[in-house]
Amino acid sequence: MQAPTTPGRRWRTVDIVVAAIVAVAFGVVFFAWSALWNGPADAIPLPGRAFMYGVWLLPAVVGGLIIRKPGAAFFTETLAALVSVALGTAWGWTLVIQGPIEALGGELAFALLGYRSFGILAASLAGALSGLAAAVYDIVVWYPAPTYSTSMRIPYVIIAAVSSIVIAGLGGYALTRALAQTGVLDRFPSGRQRMAV
Amino acid sequence: MSLAASTGLARPDAPLARRNPVAKVGAGLLLSGCLIATLDPVAPAVALAVELATLPLFGLRLGVLARRAAPLLLAVLGIVVALVLFSGDRSGRVLVDLGPIVVTTGVLADALALSLRLVAISLPGLIIFATIDPTDLADALVQNLRAPARFAIGALAAFRLVPLLGAEWRMLTLARRARGVDAGHNPVAALRLFASAMFTLLVGAIRRGTRLAMAMDARGFDAGTPRSIAREQRFGAADVILVAAGGLVGAAALAISIWLGTFTPLLA
Amino acid sequence: MDTHVRLEGFGWRHAGRRAWAVRGVDLAVTRGERVLVLGPSGAGKSTLLAALAGLLAEDSGEQEGVVTVDGVDARAARERVGIVFQDPQTQLVMSRVGDDVAFGLENRGVPPGQIWPAVDAALEAVGLNLPRDRSTAALSGGEQQRLALAGAIALRPSLLLLDEPTANLDPAGATMVRDAVRRVLADRRTTLILVEHRVADVLHMIDRVVVLRSGGAVVADGSPESVFAAHGDALAEDGVWIPGRPVLPRRAGTPAGEVLLWARGVGYRHPEQPEPALDPTDGRVRRGRALAVLGPNGSGKTTLALLLGGLLEPTTGAVVAAPALADGSLTAPPLARRVRRRPGDPAMAPHRWPAAALTQRIGSVFQNPEHQFLANRVDEELALGPRRLGRRPAEIRSTVDDLLGRLRLDRLAAANPHTLSGGERRRLSVATALATAPPVIILDEPTFGQDRRTWIELVDLLAKLRDDGCAVVAATHDADFVDTLADGVLRLGA
Repeated sequence: MQAPTTPGRRWRTVDIVVAAIVAVAFGVVFFAWSALWNGPADAIPLPGRAFMYGVWLLPAVVGGLIIRKPGAAFFTETLAALVSVALGTAWGWTLVIQGPIEALGGELAFALLGYRSFGILAASLAGALSGLAAAVYDIVVWYPAPTYSTSMRIPYVIIAAVSSIVIAGLGGYALTRALAQTGVLDRFPSGRQRMAV
Repeated sequence: MSLAASTGLARPDAPLARRNPVAKVGAGLLLSGCLIATLDPVAPAVALAVELATLPLFGLRLGVLARRAAPLLLAVLGIVVALVLFSGDRSGRVLVDLGPIVVTTGVLADALALSLRLVAISLPGLIIFATIDPTDLADALVQNLRAPARFAIGALAAFRLVPLLGAEWRMLTLARRARGVDAGHNPVAALRLFASAMFTLLVGAIRRGTRLAMAMDARGFDAGTPRSIAREQRFGAADVILVAAGGLVGAAALAISIWLGTFTPLLA
Repeated sequence: MDTHVRLEGFGWRHAGRRAWAVRGVDLAVTRGERVLVLGPSGAGKSTLLAALAGLLAEDSGEQEGVVTVDGVDARAARERVGIVFQDPQTQLVMSRVGDDVAFGLENRGVPPGQIWPAVDAALEAVGLNLPRDRSTAALSGGEQQRLALAGAIALRPSLLLLDEPTANLDPAGATMVRDAVRRVLADRRTTLILVEHRVADVLHMIDRVVVLRSGGAVVADGSPESVFAAHGDALAEDGVWIPGRPVLPRRAGTPAGEVLLWARGVGYRHPEQPEPALDPTDGRVRRGRALAVLGPNGSGKTTLALLLGGLLEPTTGAVVAAPALADGSLTAPPLARRVRRRPGDPAMAPHRWPAAALTQRIGSVFQNPEHQFLANRVDEELALGPRRLGRRPAEIRSTVDDLLGRLRLDRLAAANPHTLSGGERRRLSVATALATAPPVIILDEPTFGQDRRTWIELVDLLAKLRDDGCAVVAATHDADFVDTLADGVLRLGA
């Protein structure tokens, strides 16, 4: 059995298409998610939006962990945000701006680790940075001072960041491991670490 | 629901609908960007008036747009509730005083302003996405903005599968009921069910993606030769004018607000 | 004699697998030949075609030997080869018909002025008479596969590979695709290598048959008559669909039992769709009978299966369960306290039953087995249903062991369900429905893509269930399945 080779820097077709389809699948999941949580519950910043914030940042982490190439987290999260806009989101299309911003946060995490580390630490860092980027954007654009109180804005960012670490970071790591166990990631480095079937 | 379904809502030959997709997005972003900068109700009201006036130029009917805008109403309701709970500025006459819930005229004024702002910022997006064809957008991104072609086309190919994945999601929830797993009124059970369906959707999506990648390679997608262009996307004078118009309307809205003295900057 | 394609000692092992997909394959195909590749499921036929198309990336597995097209390695000869796969949805790239055919031409850098004439020529060659801006999502399966074929031949390849192109299609669509292939090959200059289960339908198109066995070496190679004469029985045993070997019908031996489910003018329309998915339909599901639901694609077979299975609420009409089924005198504990015995009572409508109670009364097996997998081990998957019913651990264990044995899943007990082969997944999904012993079983396209051996196994299993007193309902477009097993037929209109 061949040892898994370290991935080259060039994106193969399968890298692009699978990253894209993971992004698109998450776009569909987000749509179903907002249908599950009625609009107002999600529109109220605390606790509604902040506690489950990490769900929106899963594509950055999962994309980065599966593809493991520079730009993976950025491409996957940005595309997931664009698909969200296309399917119709309550928060409107500034997601076209916020999407790439939070995607850059996730990408930064993998870049800081030199694109060599793809374990729990990388996942949590990617979750944290993308969540922070998104939450800070929210309190600047949608919950500005002095209209909203500081006693809401600061906890919002903190809770959103923690949620992103837990749900997007740790959750995304567990999700990627579980996906690898099903064999669908056999064309990727993350998939080669499971036992041969 | 999907973009593909929504393009049937607009007349494709309407003067503004015909413009380059990147120009439309650019114009919209400039306009929305200007409106983000202020928190007063005047600038968004002005912009909203202009946006609604352009509907016929895009070939959209108000009723059709209203249906797509329904989620916005929920968001507006959310703003009202959020402000009632978390307002940082409870000046003005007190209307309701129930412990932590203090509603004053100041709070209501803020709610109105922020709601107008949300709608005015979001409406261009709704209009534009109802008139953009995904293939045209990808082509324009590649030809006019020099986006990397393989990523744009790869994203387009995946996006084509959105209705299929949506139908699959519905089947997955039915399949879970068929296995004896339902959530009833238990939110934790509902979350677990959701996570299970999300996982299975991802497995199926990745499998499909791998097969699609192979089929695309079979037709030379990774050939390395530079791609030629079958559908040309021009970025002409009319498109430049559209982008400029978007910026001008935004700037004018801000100017009127400043002139009337109601301008409230975002970053005070 | 001009050798077009050559394989010498060719073998391939996919990354992540212990077994070789194909090994030791020696094959030479001359220009213009029409070859049919046969073999049981898992014999590596798809891998072989992928190798010929140059699609097996070096980093995706391990290769032995050599595969050449026109004397060069297959990976370097890709633009001379066109391939069509079996699933239309994962081959079509663009959302408009013309754009999809143009996709391959754009990739190869064909000058823009030549692209659209070539697109029109390709569409004409496969007999697809559609405007360029027709949406690909609106096409039928047969049209989609012909579009894929048009895309494959747009660059005029000298080698055409077809990997079960009609497997996902209903008979009408399959015929259209076969006709399109005949049109394309009319010039007699293109070499064809075809993998196809239903041999009888393509015999007239081919002049040579190559048979692979499991683990993939060539066991037979020659003209169809000689191969079937010499190896026919062994091949049929192994699961290959050899023409002229019909399967004996399994008719019900006992008289029909009572009716368990009525469909009374039942129909369904999704709120966002203008057209109903199913027009009002009547039907009866009886104990001890196998009912086949037939109809062209789009007539609502899946929808009817979901309605009968209590998974969808009808928008017109009703599905009514017999009191014996609803209150559980046929099964273990009865339904909720609120159940009363009057027919027409809402409690008799399966879509209102709690999910766990539903699994004890009506079992549903979906068209795609993966939709129903919830656990990450096969034995956990089987235990899930009984566990939701509150059975005792010892009872659960014996149920699981029994099913593992009956459906030959023993050695897979610890495997992740998603890693199973197609036939194994099908058996597992049927087994999970049987784990809660419902008296009614509803299956959606159960024989989809099966080789002969798993097909016969499945038919035997369903026949035994039927003879033991279950009611079996199968939505299908497999005419052989209907001929072999069905005691009654419910036809849905076009």
